[in-house]
Amino acid sequence: MAVLVLADRSGTTVSQPTRSAVAAAARIDADVHVLVLGGSEAAQAAARLAGVTKVIQADGPAYEHGLAEPAAALLVALAPGYSHLLAPGSAMGKNIMPRVAALLDVQIITDIAAVEGPDTFRRFIYAGNALATVKTADAKKVLTVRAASFDPAPAEGGAAAVEAAPAAEDPGVSSFVGAEIAQSERPELTAARVVISGGRAMGSAENFHLLEGIADKLGAAIGASRAAVDAGYAPNDYQVGQTGKIVAPELYIAVGISGAIQHLAGMKDSKVIVAINKDEEAPIFQVADYGLVGDLFKLLPELEQELG
Amino acid sequence: MKLLVPVKRVVDYNVKVRVKADGTGVETANVKMSMNPFDEIAVEEAVRLKEKGTVTEIVAVTIGPAQAQEQLRTALAMGADRAILVEADGAEPLGVAKVLKALVEREQPQLVILGKQAIDDDMNATGQMLAALLGWSQGTYASKVELSAEGAKVTREVDGGLETVQLKLPAIVTTDLRLNEPRYASLPNIMKARKKPLETVKPADLGVDLTPRLTVVKVEEPPKRQAGVKVASVAELVSKLKTEAKVI
Ligand SMILES: Cc1cc2nc3c(=O)[nH]c(=O)nc-3n(C[C@H](O)[C@H](O)[C@H](O)COP(=O)(O)OP(=O)(O)OC[C@H]3O[C@@H](n4cnc5c(N)ncnc54)[C@H](O)[C@@H]3O)c2cc1C
Repeated sequence: MAVLVLADRSGTTVSQPTRSAVAAAARIDADVHVLVLGGSEAAQAAARLAGVTKVIQADGPAYEHGLAEPAAALLVALAPGYSHLLAPGSAMGKNIMPRVAALLDVQIITDIAAVEGPDTFRRFIYAGNALATVKTADAKKVLTVRAASFDPAPAEGGAAAVEAAPAAEDPGVSSFVGAEIAQSERPELTAARVVISGGRAMGSAENFHLLEGIADKLGAAIGASRAAVDAGYAPNDYQVGQTGKIVAPELYIAVGISGAIQHLAGMKDSKVIVAINKDEEAPIFQVADYGLVGDLFKLLPELEQELG
Repeated sequence: MKLLVPVKRVVDYNVKVRVKADGTGVETANVKMSMNPFDEIAVEEAVRLKEKGTVTEIVAVTIGPAQAQEQLRTALAMGADRAILVEADGAEPLGVAKVLKALVEREQPQLVILGKQAIDDDMNATGQMLAALLGWSQGTYASKVELSAEGAKVTREVDGGLETVQLKLPAIVTTDLRLNEPRYASLPNIMKARKKPLETVKPADLGVDLTPRLTVVKVEEPPKRQAGVKVASVAELVSKLKTEAKVI
């Protein structure tokens, strides 16, 4: 039976975590369909993804902003045709998929990090301190995918047909009021090849800008620890960690971050980790490939200069 | 308006969790247990709504072992009015949502505020599942909640920033870190909490079947990263990143 992936749009295309979810789906079955809510250009992009055999596009005001209630109702309407329903573990996927699962009387498995079989998956628990293998007895499976654990399906290579979604009821219990989404030239945190994150030691929102020059030179996304976000130095969507975003870039640079387990949960799969911290005993050095002990206010300008 | 706040007893966030040698789970014996931090935020939000006068009664609920009474007492000390312990160990989010649905039908709250995720299983599912079972609206990952008789306006932490949705009541809200900073219960309030009503019920009394759907095949330590080297200067760092790691 085919498997269905709910896509997360990213402007006129689908997000990189969606491509990781497609890659996870392809480990379950070769017949991978993608559901796109709103956005015909994004549906065309989904149709070009390698491994995708069909795209279903849902148009209409109820779907434009990805509201959970109508989206879940639509997925439930589509569910009889699929053995597995997946979504990336993005804010959208995490919001919608548990609702879908409960409507189907299924126990969701969130943030899967590996597919061991059609009913067996691995996922991290306790802030990444343990890795559990779980097997489900539910006939239908509802899953979200930890994008950092699956190489994204190539953006090109497919030529799937795009179909209109069937009509589904809109429960009409919520409405979209507005959004404050920062526009940035930088890559998205969960898709960036390089990430530079600042912690509490950055000291202020102004100082946080010290990371920008370096980010520009490296084509990096900027992240933050929870402490830096709570203190108002960085916006909430910068938070990397157990309860923020999970990233696995080629290069992760942690600046003035101690390395609490909750932070490590969001970045320890990075290929190369650099830590800059004035305390040589900071736990972050236990996971860093390259550690630089010293004052960030001296080292960051030097780094920006050295990068030319 | 009545409000229900579910809370969970979890291993304290400061504990270094260890995987059991036999691979069946993690060590929880003789480990400090606390209220899930996101649930503390939920209780705090409920108490603030009551202080503002929009909410008249707060009922705290937990589904857990008998010892989870401690977490209910904490909720009562923070300002909840009464508490319900549903005695059951190891229930999955779907089962918990079913228990909560039964309690919602009994208690008739207009709003349920829960933590967005529990820091033990990191599942991030119960609130959305409860909303589904009740057919209610959901405002997850809330960083601001404005409640009126007509509805709840919820500002949500989403991937690119913030999003605001208007929910019809009754509704489910799940909390994110920036919603508030939970208070510490004062000693007099801890004393008072001991006298507040705490009822114990069994899942069967509520007609809920908690048979798990998932089997834990094994639990293991994730692969460990090795600590690398310390470099002496920015120049050495950049040179190593270029020639050794080849990432820039
Ligand atoms: C429920 C819950 C969820 C959480 N989720 C997350 C999460 O998702 N992500 C996350 O990051 N955290 C999370 N945390 C918080 C986590 O436990 C830590 O408190 C947090 O990560 C610490 O942030 P930090 O490293 O920036 O600050 P600190 O721990 O205060 O570290 C600051 C570091 O900066 C160094 N420093 C100070 N001055 C300088 C200087 N001039 N130059 C260089 N170095 C300097 C210090 O040596 C120190 O190591 C969570 C906590 C809880 C309870």
